[in-house]
Amino acid sequence: MTPILEVAGLRKHFTVVKGFPRPVKTVVRAVDGVDFSVGEGEAFGMVGESGCGKSTAARAVLRLIEPDTGEIHFAGEDVRAARGASLTALRRRMQIVFQDPYSSLNPRRTIGRTLTEPLAVHGIARGTRARSQATALLDEVGLPESALDRYPHEFSGGQRQRIGIARALALKPQLIVADEPVSALDVSVQAQVLLLLKELQKHRGLAYVFVSHDLSVIRWFCARVAVMYLGRIVEQGPVARVFSSPRHPYTRMLRDASPIPDPSKRGVLPRVLGEIPSAAAPPPGCHFHPRCPRATEVCRTTYPGWEESAGHGSACHHPHAT
Amino acid sequence: MIRRLLQNPTTLIGAILCVIVVFGAILAPWIAPHDPLEQNIIDRLQPPGGDYPLGTDDYGRDVLSRILWGARISLIVAVASTAVAIVVGGAIGMVSGYIGGRFDLFIMQVMDVLLSFPSLILGLIIVALLGPEMINLVAAIALTAVAPFARIARAPVLSLKERAFVEAGRALGFSHVRVLFVHILPNIVSEILVMGSLWMATAVRTEASLSFIGLGVKPPTATWGGMMRDGFETILDAPWLSIFPGLAILALVLGLNMVGDGLRDVTDPKLAGT
Amino acid sequence: MTFIGRALSGDFGSSMITNRPILADVGAVLPHTIDLTVAAMIIGTLLGVPAGVVAALHRNRGIDLAARLLSLLGLSFPVFVSGIFMLLAFALHWRIFPVIGNANLSDPIDRLDKLVLPALTLGLVMAAYITRVTRSAMLQVLDEDYMRTARAKGVPWRRVVWRHGLRNAGLPVVTVVGLYVGILIGNSVLTEIVFNRPGLGKIIVGALNQRDYTMLQGLMVIYCFLIVVVNLLTDVTYGLIDPRVKQA
Repeated sequence: MTPILEVAGLRKHFTVVKGFPRPVKTVVRAVDGVDFSVGEGEAFGMVGESGCGKSTAARAVLRLIEPDTGEIHFAGEDVRAARGASLTALRRRMQIVFQDPYSSLNPRRTIGRTLTEPLAVHGIARGTRARSQATALLDEVGLPESALDRYPHEFSGGQRQRIGIARALALKPQLIVADEPVSALDVSVQAQVLLLLKELQKHRGLAYVFVSHDLSVIRWFCARVAVMYLGRIVEQGPVARVFSSPRHPYTRMLRDASPIPDPSKRGVLPRVLGEIPSAAAPPPGCHFHPRCPRATEVCRTTYPGWEESAGHGSACHHPHAT
Repeated sequence: MIRRLLQNPTTLIGAILCVIVVFGAILAPWIAPHDPLEQNIIDRLQPPGGDYPLGTDDYGRDVLSRILWGARISLIVAVASTAVAIVVGGAIGMVSGYIGGRFDLFIMQVMDVLLSFPSLILGLIIVALLGPEMINLVAAIALTAVAPFARIARAPVLSLKERAFVEAGRALGFSHVRVLFVHILPNIVSEILVMGSLWMATAVRTEASLSFIGLGVKPPTATWGGMMRDGFETILDAPWLSIFPGLAILALVLGLNMVGDGLRDVTDPKLAGT
Repeated sequence: MTFIGRALSGDFGSSMITNRPILADVGAVLPHTIDLTVAAMIIGTLLGVPAGVVAALHRNRGIDLAARLLSLLGLSFPVFVSGIFMLLAFALHWRIFPVIGNANLSDPIDRLDKLVLPALTLGLVMAAYITRVTRSAMLQVLDEDYMRTARAKGVPWRRVVWRHGLRNAGLPVVTVVGLYVGILIGNSVLTEIVFNRPGLGKIIVGALNQRDYTMLQGLMVIYCFLIVVVNLLTDVTYGLIDPRVKQA
């Protein structure tokens, strides 16, 4: 499968200067060297706990946050080098769906305006043509035409999320970054939205970068997944393999901590050690060593290199056997 | 919303006061009994009554007519300076808040310096340096308002720019200009308008005060503050020259304050009922 | 630059017009200005704060409505208008207070006598403003949960209001009072003209009219200095009232 998105060496550090009278500078390494690629029409998941940098990485790919270093290529084009018109053109092909359905739509604009505005700005369609395109978009996400003249507050969370998706589809992108698209929704609604996203993937050949902290959602939705911890990818590979036989202890811990609603599969809940350290002061060596049951001396001093076999790789000195 | 506004009795009274003044100003050429600039030395210092409903001043000019025409000055200066302040101050605040960082900090320091000057002194300095033309008056009063409006415009921008729909706009390829003026601006318009109406009252006060000091629009044009200044000289003999312009100023400022208060109560749900 | 250097050592230079040293001129009128400012502030706070508190406590009832209307009225008077009205009423019509305000500094009775009307004029406007601010600060505080908790614990209401309410409402009020000094200085210019009092304001206006630039320079420096002092005082008072600030 030809990759539509290739990311190498992505880095984003935030510098926070706080404190009085003597200001203290802290560098938060939100994204610290991330490599991955997404194939055409493929759903690629990025999973990890809060603060691991997945949202930052996803946004950096779209240049909503400017990366410090790294190579980003979309369909062969250099994303970081794009300026002005070429950046605008690139923007059309990569879009984003946000987590919070309540703040992702401008409360003072009708749905119609929200959907037709990008069409007008990019010169695709105006007036009645734009309106009919907007209607078609609404139809695709399962909402009636009457929604066009309504305001966001008249809709439920799930419906607003669908409008957000419709908006993302307006410019006919090839890739959508979905940043926790269902985390803020009620469980019953989550399934509907996920099904919608899957449908769209089939009909439009969309590729996804699907960011979530929910393993079961990733497992269902994505073909490949990257597990992130403190700004780095610790394991990457096909979803089935990564979750059935995880190599990195962190992935194993995540998987075991996310309960499977099947009484026949009784497992022992693992000892979950400690909490995530802050990204401002990651532990030396392998970032995970303070919480890792397999940690040894080398883990405390050297960051492990990447080892990969058959598309499934991890960064660990003592990976579990597959 | 207008109906809700008018339900408040104070706001209603205030609105009526303002409307009276505005009509007086607009219709001045037709309803003023005399030419405000016409001097009738024979009739100087006449008490209210008869030919001159509110009396005459030291030059024999009809007080009522001068008050009606003076209303124009007060209103024009107030509206113009408020409009300028809203546009300039609002733009500065919005852009500064949106850009953020050191630029924002610097701009806000400048605004703070401006803010620390009481409006009268600031206006005084500017008009004294530039000269008592109407346009300088407008500029001076506008300048005293720029800092408060910048702050009012900036605060909501700081939180709004973090909202997802702003990020969405950027992702969709909208320019910063578009995001700022088409998306963020409508969300702060109501705050700015409320502040604007309250500020107009201050503008009228400042204009009257500056005229009283002698830095207002040059005589013989009739201005309320100027009339009180002239009237002050003959206060013992002709107290009506000080009372009526004073009442006029009071009426307009009070009316504007009442309307402004009403507007604020209506748009800020927390304050409703206070 | 050299101006600032000399200023720090006390030499403000001389007025361009009269050629007298500026500091001397300013020094001569300063007591009058201070008298007026302090008196106005006292009147303003002594009237305004209790009025605001009472209004907040009796929200939307008779006293509150009266307070709100009165303060709205007081706010709307430009100082010179209320000054002139006061002059007309109490000095000219009823002959209670003097018209010309040049007090003999060594005679306290005379000083006070000449102070009453101008201080009232300024003070009442300030009181109107302070009433409103105090009222809304109190209303916000009264709404807070900790007030209800204290009451639920059985603390007598009066004590709750005094101890918890006022203390916390005091903060924004102090800030506003500090800020208002600037406005007071502006208004004092007008009052000095109306009541014919010597003072800083009159000098400023005179200097402006005569384009006396050295005088203006000196005055601006003095003025900035005053603002800094007032801000410092406000901060200190803030720190006294709010224990959180002191710890920082």
